[in-house]
Amino acid sequence: MNAATQFDTLPERAETQPGLVAVAMSGGVDSSTVAALLQQQGRPVVGLTMQLWNQRRLPELQGDGPAQHRCCSIDDVYDAKAVARHLNFPHYVVNFEEQFESRVVRPFVDQYLVGRTPIACTNCNTDVKFEPLLRMARQIGAERLATGHYARVRRNDATQRWELLRARDDSKDQSYFLWGLTQEQLSRSEFPLGELTKDEVRALARRVNLPVAEKPDSMELCFVPNGNYVRFIHAYSRERGVSLNDAEGEIVNEGGEVIGRHNGVHNFTIGQRKGLGFAAGKPLYVLSIDPQNNRVVVGEDEALRKQIFEVESMNWVSIAQPSGPFRATVKIRHKHEPAPATVEPLDDTHARITFDAPQRAITPGQAAVFYDPNDRAGGDNSRVLAGAWIQ
Amino acid sequence: MNRVYLDYNATTPVEPEVLDAMLPYFSGEFGNASSIHTFGQKARAAVETAREQVAALIGARPQEIFFTSGGTESDNHAIFGIAGPSANASKPRPHVITSFVEHEAVLNACQALEKQGVDVTYLHVDQDGLIDLEDLRGAIRKETALITIMHANNEMGAIQPVEEIGRIAKDADVYFHTDAVQSAGKLPIDVNQFQLDLLSLSGHKLYAPKGIGALYVRGGTRLKQLLYGGHHQRGMRPGTENVAGIVGLGKAAEIARQTLANDAKRLSALRDQLEHGLLHRVPHSRVNAARAPRTPNTANLVFPGVEGEALLIALDLKGLACSTGAACSSGAVEPSHVLTAIGLPAEEARASLRFSLGRQTTQADIDFALQVVPAAVAQLRQLSPTYQKAVAQ
Repeated sequence: MNAATQFDTLPERAETQPGLVAVAMSGGVDSSTVAALLQQQGRPVVGLTMQLWNQRRLPELQGDGPAQHRCCSIDDVYDAKAVARHLNFPHYVVNFEEQFESRVVRPFVDQYLVGRTPIACTNCNTDVKFEPLLRMARQIGAERLATGHYARVRRNDATQRWELLRARDDSKDQSYFLWGLTQEQLSRSEFPLGELTKDEVRALARRVNLPVAEKPDSMELCFVPNGNYVRFIHAYSRERGVSLNDAEGEIVNEGGEVIGRHNGVHNFTIGQRKGLGFAAGKPLYVLSIDPQNNRVVVGEDEALRKQIFEVESMNWVSIAQPSGPFRATVKIRHKHEPAPATVEPLDDTHARITFDAPQRAITPGQAAVFYDPNDRAGGDNSRVLAGAWIQ
Repeated sequence: MNRVYLDYNATTPVEPEVLDAMLPYFSGEFGNASSIHTFGQKARAAVETAREQVAALIGARPQEIFFTSGGTESDNHAIFGIAGPSANASKPRPHVITSFVEHEAVLNACQALEKQGVDVTYLHVDQDGLIDLEDLRGAIRKETALITIMHANNEMGAIQPVEEIGRIAKDADVYFHTDAVQSAGKLPIDVNQFQLDLLSLSGHKLYAPKGIGALYVRGGTRLKQLLYGGHHQRGMRPGTENVAGIVGLGKAAEIARQTLANDAKRLSALRDQLEHGLLHRVPHSRVNAARAPRTPNTANLVFPGVEGEALLIALDLKGLACSTGAACSSGAVEPSHVLTAIGLPAEEARASLRFSLGRQTTQADIDFALQVVPAAVAQLRQLSPTYQKAVAQ
């Protein structure tokens, strides 16, 4: 018997062909809609869902509720598969747990333990999604990788560069998490949702009857149950044989005077007010964290505001490195309204930023993203010029 | 699109003759084999015929065959049924000997036994996946209750020296169980020649449906039951018999007994052709367990510089179905425990692919594989930084 006739009842799948695009599918409505959109454009699609973290790995976190609406839950993989079945394109679950741990989870925990406030999503984009996943997408015959990010990418023929732009819908913009992409990575990326609002995406999902059309958005850091990152840090450290019980240290004021004790610098972030244990008097905030001396420095709100700071690991996105200082609007955290500043490159990877007006809680470990000062959010010129880590 | 299936070690299609034999027992002959009336008697007759057919495939007596839900249940029953903790606390801790290359159904059952206080020795294997008989002799203690060593390995096809193991077990008066899921229907099996006390087999690996299997238990073996219920299968494995599945397994066993020799000859020729073709066309490729006696249908090759997972997907998109190892291990982080056990470094274990042939495999299928695999490997290597670096050196 000929095997081809024996198995010809299997569902037909798209042949590998030029223009094949891989979609990074989380099982959520955004990436699922990306797949539907590309398919509507007549493009051959292959879905890839990353298995990134074993939710059963840290048993002491199991009490934090069922593992649903979190990355890599069985439900999410199931949802991604259901969408692929509904739209009838090939879909595969691919395992990147090792890379995710070494490039995202471990650095995330390590940063907190030295008093910084990391952004795991940026590392995941730069070092997992658009690195091994993009490579795998290309290895299996896809030319590009599409994701459900709200951002825009375009080619500027004049400058010969790939430009990253904020999403048309500024309330959903995720360009803050994508500044680390290289020109090569951008040239292989597609963000089909960048021109759409969330409502339009939901409407589209409903119109094509996606099984996930009504699924709630995920807000949390995907590998941390219930957003409780302190518990996660404790559990993960314990697994590595590190106890955080003796992480206790001093809380001091700006003058260096000891005014209290803390239970580990990983519990704090710049600008934090809660959890300091001071009830009376003027509200106090974390001003800085001194990991060498295991100290948390606190002070009043006014002292949180700073005008000058430095960054490292600068990545030039929509522009090449300029020869001198340049103007930009600078965003220093996800929910920060970009503020005008002058950026002065110090060398290839470092720069000094001077805001026109002081900004509250400039936090080491967060990213500074430099936007084109000539356009407003959502416009056709809202380019990400560059991005870097706050030192 | 042309689709070629080279993953018969994962599962096989139900043989049309097997399906035909089963169909009456879903609705027409639906009786409960335990019932006294004529409906029941017809079902009983079908079950007992199947028992004879399965027994004949492995040289056993029909009353030594118990039907189960599949290979996993058979393995668990053999292991827990012999070495599971005894109610008699004064008895010494039992000891079990197995190997590092067993299927998860055996390995994880043994690990569960360890948590219950049973000592387990895991024998190492050589680079061709075979245990050392001297190691086995040395591992036997007076408390050893069970030796469980697979007949043929699912990932590489390597065949363990079961006849010699049987002799050693017999001399030491230790029960010997083999997981024959990957060998039943592919290799001749005689439970007396191999001096086996217990043997597991699974329907869906030999052209019968999923969800049916059998456990051979030599008469007189002191095997505890795992499930409690009615008197079905002499109380050893209660639960209303899956008559249609049992009939399917019986028919498949009968066919296998008749076609085994011819299948083996035809498939080993195709397999060798595939292996030689790939070795010739893919630079730096190697066959895993190349020097071991192997099941005639299995080829496992390492293609250094590729991720097996990516290669598997690339091939599937081109219409070729194969596997990166045991079906259960795809999606897991760890590289195959079998390939690790033969000494492959993690990156080579991950760069390995299994092709397993079966009755429907044709020359055209092999030609197709020889056309698409080298091209896919080349494409992956071109985009593999580690391979490019290695080549540059």
